[in-house]
Amino acid sequence: MKVAVIRFPGSNCDQDAYFALKDDVGVGAEYVWHEATSLDGYEAVFLPGGFSYGDYLRCGAMAARAPIMDEVRRFAAEGRPVIGACNGFQVLCEAGLLPGALMLNARQKFLCKDVYLLAVNRSSLWTRGVERVLTLPIAHGEGRFVSDDETVARLEDSGQIAFRYVDASGERTDESNVNGSAHAIAGVLNEKGNVLGLMPHPERATRKLLGSTDGMVILDALKLVASNF
Amino acid sequence: MTTVRVYVTLKPSLLDSAGRTVAGALQKLGYDELHQARIGKLIELQVEEYEPARVKEMCDKLLANPVIEDYTIEVVA
Repeated sequence: MKVAVIRFPGSNCDQDAYFALKDDVGVGAEYVWHEATSLDGYEAVFLPGGFSYGDYLRCGAMAARAPIMDEVRRFAAEGRPVIGACNGFQVLCEAGLLPGALMLNARQKFLCKDVYLLAVNRSSLWTRGVERVLTLPIAHGEGRFVSDDETVARLEDSGQIAFRYVDASGERTDESNVNGSAHAIAGVLNEKGNVLGLMPHPERATRKLLGSTDGMVILDALKLVASNF
Repeated sequence: MTTVRVYVTLKPSLLDSAGRTVAGALQKLGYDELHQARIGKLIELQVEEYEPARVKEMCDKLLANPVIEDYTIEVVA
């Protein structure tokens, strides 16, 4: 089982993802440069956080058109697991693999802190059985999820909302929706549920030393995949 | 060479939090008549020959994100 950690110019959470996958989740991981055109030999894709292409034009816009993304698209269509955290989420939206877009936080500030998350869909590959409130770090300036009302309603109905920002007790409040996202959405799934994009960083919460191990709840999904493929 | 200007603006229904901050700053400077400010982008392109369909394609493929933005094209000369 090998996960491709895609590197774009400006990625900066690629090493976090690599070591979390290798040392904590216990699956294979390799870096794949964005100009690569094949994902042969890999069973899953991790699109890491950072500031690909310096966030020029729009966050993730240029990365979404990189050569490797055609392969990521094929991968996603085959139902293989794809996860994008932070900038990786922005790339997935820009690539059209996930609905919506991420905009400047409602209160303009770059937010670097722990947040509480509640899984909405609890049956997808990435969110199966996640009942309790998770604590994960965020570090973003542009993480406000937006989409037209119709799309957001469709996401609610079809179980495509992976995570919502909540407070410690699991309640949705104005304050807990840290960046002002539509319906407090922190993460979304594609229709099949194999592609997950989220603003929080599961790869930064994989051991006690990092302050939380809740990222493992999400990333452990890759071990299930390992036994399926 | 033809210069083509592409103006990319946020859809009116979306909150422009940066624009709101700028408007707040202008109001603090005493411009009470100001209602709101919205920030967009101007992308100036120089093309050998202006082909409307090709420039539109550039906008749809990369320059604007249809989920959040609108664009207009202006041919300068």
